[in-house]
Amino acid sequence: MHIVVLMKQVPGTSNVKMDENTGTMIRTEHENVMNPLDENALEAALEIRRLRDDVSVVGVSMGPPPAKRVLEEAIAMGADSGVLLSDRGFSGSDTLATAIPLARAAQVICGGRIGPDDLVLCGERATDGETGQVGPMVSSFLGVPVATYVRSIHVGDGYVDVERVVEDGFERLRLSLPAVLTVVKDINQPGFPTLDGKIAARSVKIPVLTLKDLGLSPDHTGLHGSPTRVVRVFRPKFSRDTVLYTQDNSGTATDNLLKFLDSRGLR
Amino acid sequence: MDYEGVLVIGEQRGGRVHSVTFELLARGRALADKLGVKLSCVILGHGLQQYAQEIVQRGADTAYVIDDPALEWFLPRTYCNAVVELIEEAKPEVVLAAATTTGRTLMPLVAARLMTGLTADCTGLDIDEKERLLLQTRPAIGGNVMATIKTPVARPQMATVRPKSARPLPADPGRRGEVVVKAYKREAASSASEKMLEFVADATQEVSVQDAEVIVAGGKGLKTRDGFKLVEDLARELGAAVGATRDVVDLGWIGYSHQIGLSGKTVSPKLYVAIGISGTIQHLAGMQTAETIVAINRDKDAQIFKVADFGIVGDLFQVVPEIIEKLQRAKAHKAL
Ligand SMILES: Cc1cc2nc3c(=O)[nH]c(=O)nc-3n(C[C@H](O)[C@H](O)[C@H](O)COP(=O)(O)OP(=O)(O)OC[C@H]3O[C@@H](n4cnc5c(N)ncnc54)[C@H](O)[C@@H]3O)c2cc1C
Ligand SMILES: Nc1ncnc2c1ncn2[C@@H]1O[C@H](COP(=O)(O)O)[C@@H](O)[C@H]1O
Repeated sequence: MHIVVLMKQVPGTSNVKMDENTGTMIRTEHENVMNPLDENALEAALEIRRLRDDVSVVGVSMGPPPAKRVLEEAIAMGADSGVLLSDRGFSGSDTLATAIPLARAAQVICGGRIGPDDLVLCGERATDGETGQVGPMVSSFLGVPVATYVRSIHVGDGYVDVERVVEDGFERLRLSLPAVLTVVKDINQPGFPTLDGKIAARSVKIPVLTLKDLGLSPDHTGLHGSPTRVVRVFRPKFSRDTVLYTQDNSGTATDNLLKFLDSRGLR
Repeated sequence: MDYEGVLVIGEQRGGRVHSVTFELLARGRALADKLGVKLSCVILGHGLQQYAQEIVQRGADTAYVIDDPALEWFLPRTYCNAVVELIEEAKPEVVLAAATTTGRTLMPLVAARLMTGLTADCTGLDIDEKERLLLQTRPAIGGNVMATIKTPVARPQMATVRPKSARPLPADPGRRGEVVVKAYKREAASSASEKMLEFVADATQEVSVQDAEVIVAGGKGLKTRDGFKLVEDLARELGAAVGATRDVVDLGWIGYSHQIGLSGKTVSPKLYVAIGISGTIQHLAGMQTAETIVAINRDKDAQIFKVADFGIVGDLFQVVPEIIEKLQRAKAHKAL
C-alpha cells in the first residue's frame, strides 16, 4: 500500500514580517516550515503503517528547490521517501494548476496508476494559501472519492472509514479505495524527528520531477494553466476608532460598555 | 451559447435550507443587477420543494430544486455530478457557494471538472463593469493583506463566500419567479463509492462559532481552566458561542472546534468579545473582520486594542464579573 502525503512548504508564521509600504510579506528562506496540518497528515500515514506491514509512506511537495527540506523533515519524522516536484514551469500556479501535477505525481508514485490499495493524505488547508482546495481538486483529477475535514481514519479491505467534522457535528463515511483525505488538527499529535529518521534523511536522495518527467504540457500548470489572476493586493484597514476605558472602582468602564453595546443594538 | 447569469448553490442541512443560502442570494442579487442578468439558485436534497418560493422571495428569478433520495446527505461526488450537469445546461457566468464544510468541498470538485477558477473564502464580491468580470476579494497570508482575484477567460467565474459576510434580503411575498424541479441523473456505474454511514450531531456545542452572531473568546489571561469559566459565563449571559486562542486549546481548557485564528476557525460575527487575549497576528487572522470588537486586557499596549472598537484596560477577574452582574441586573429589571 502506498500512502502519498502532500506537503507544502509555507512561511513560518511566527516571525512573519510585513513590508509596511508594499503590504507584502517579507519572506526569507530559512523561516519556511512544513504546513502544520501536513504534519498531521504525515502522522496519520505513519499510524496506518504501524498497523500494517505493507505500507510505504511517500511525501510529495511541489515548490522551488529549497522545498526539499520539508521532505527531509518528513523522512526524519518517519516517511519512507520523498519526491519533489520542481520546475520553472510550475511557478505562479493557482490551486487548479497545483492539483494537476500533484495528482500526476501520485499516479507515478503508485506505480503508474493509483490502485485499490492506495491512499492520498493532505492537510485540510495550508496556512499561506488557506484555500483548502488542492486536496479535493487532486481527488477529482485522480477520479477517486474524497473526504475533507477528517479527524479519524480506519483503513479496511478496499475501503476506508472516516469521521468528518462538520459545522453541527460529525459524519461517519465509507469511501472505496483509492481515496483522498484531508485532515484536521484534531486527528492526532504529530511526532518528532527521530535519530534514525534524521540519519535516513541525511543519506536518502530526494528525486526531483519536472514538468517533462510528469508528462505534462506547460498549458496545464504554472501561470499558463491557472484560470485565476491576482489583480490587486492591499493592506486592509483594520485600525478602528477605539474607545478605551481604564477600569477603576467607579464602574464607569463597564457602564459605558453596556451603553456602547446598546447603541449598536448588540445586547 | 455564451455564459450568462448568476447561479447560487444553496445549502441545506438535515432537510432544511440553511440561512447562508439567503446570504448568498443577497450577494448574487447585487451582482446580477450590476450585470443586468438573471439570478438563479439551486438546492439539492430530498423533499425541499417547499423552500422554492422562499428562495424566489429572497431574490432569485429561478429556483432549481434537484430532488432525489440520493441527495439527502452531502456526498461530494454525487453533488458534484448534479451541479456540473446544471452548470453545463444553464451556463451561468458566475457561480457562488458558501465557504462552509460543504461548499469548500463541493466547489473545488466542480472547478476541477469544468477546468475553471475558484476563489476560496471571499469576503468581498464586485463587478468590474468595463470588463464584466467578477472581482473576488479575500483575506490572504493570514489576514495580513487582502487580495482581489479575477478569472479573465475560463467560465464560469466561481467563488466560495464566507458565511455571515452579507445580510439576507427580507423575504418579499410579492416577488415572482420560476420554480424548476429537476431529477438527479444517476452517474454511470463506477467502482468508486462514497457512503454516509451515520451523522452524529454535536450536543455539547450549542452554537458553533462559525454560525454565531456573538462570540465571547478567551485567552491565556484567564490563567486556569477554572478561570476560563468566566468566558463561558459571559457567553451564556450574551447568548454567545465560546471562542479561544490556540494557547488555550493547547492547554486543554476547551476543544479545538472553538479555536479562532490562522490554524483554527475564521469568524465574522456581529460582536466579538476578546478577554485576556493579546492579539497576535495569528489570532487576529481569524476574527478581525468581526463587525464590532470589544477587548478586555490589563496591558494597555496589547495588540488586540488596535483592532477593537471598545476596550477596557483592567484586570479581567474584576471587569468580567462586573459586566455579568450588570447584564443580569438589567435583565431582572426588564423582567419586572
Ligand atoms: C503557525 C501558527 C499558527 C497559529 N495559529 C493560531 C490560531 O489559529 N489561533 C490563535 O489564537 N493563535 C494561533 N497561534 C498562536 C499565537 O501566536 C499566540 O501564541 C496566541 O494567539 C496567544 O494566545 P493568548 O492571547 O491567549 O496568549 P498570550 O499572548 O499569552 O496573551 C494573554 C493576554 O492576557 C492578558 N492578561 C493576562 N492576565 C490578565 C488579567 N488578569 N486581566 C486582563 N488581561 C490579562 C495579557 O496582558 C496578555 O495580553 C499560532 C501560531 C503559529 C506559529
Ligand atoms: N505545493 C504543494 N505541494 C504539496 N502539497 C500541497 C501543495 N499545495 C497544497 N498542498 C496540499 O494541499 C493541502 C491544502 O492546501 P491549500 O489548498 O493550498 O490550502 C495542503 O495541506 C497540502 O497537503
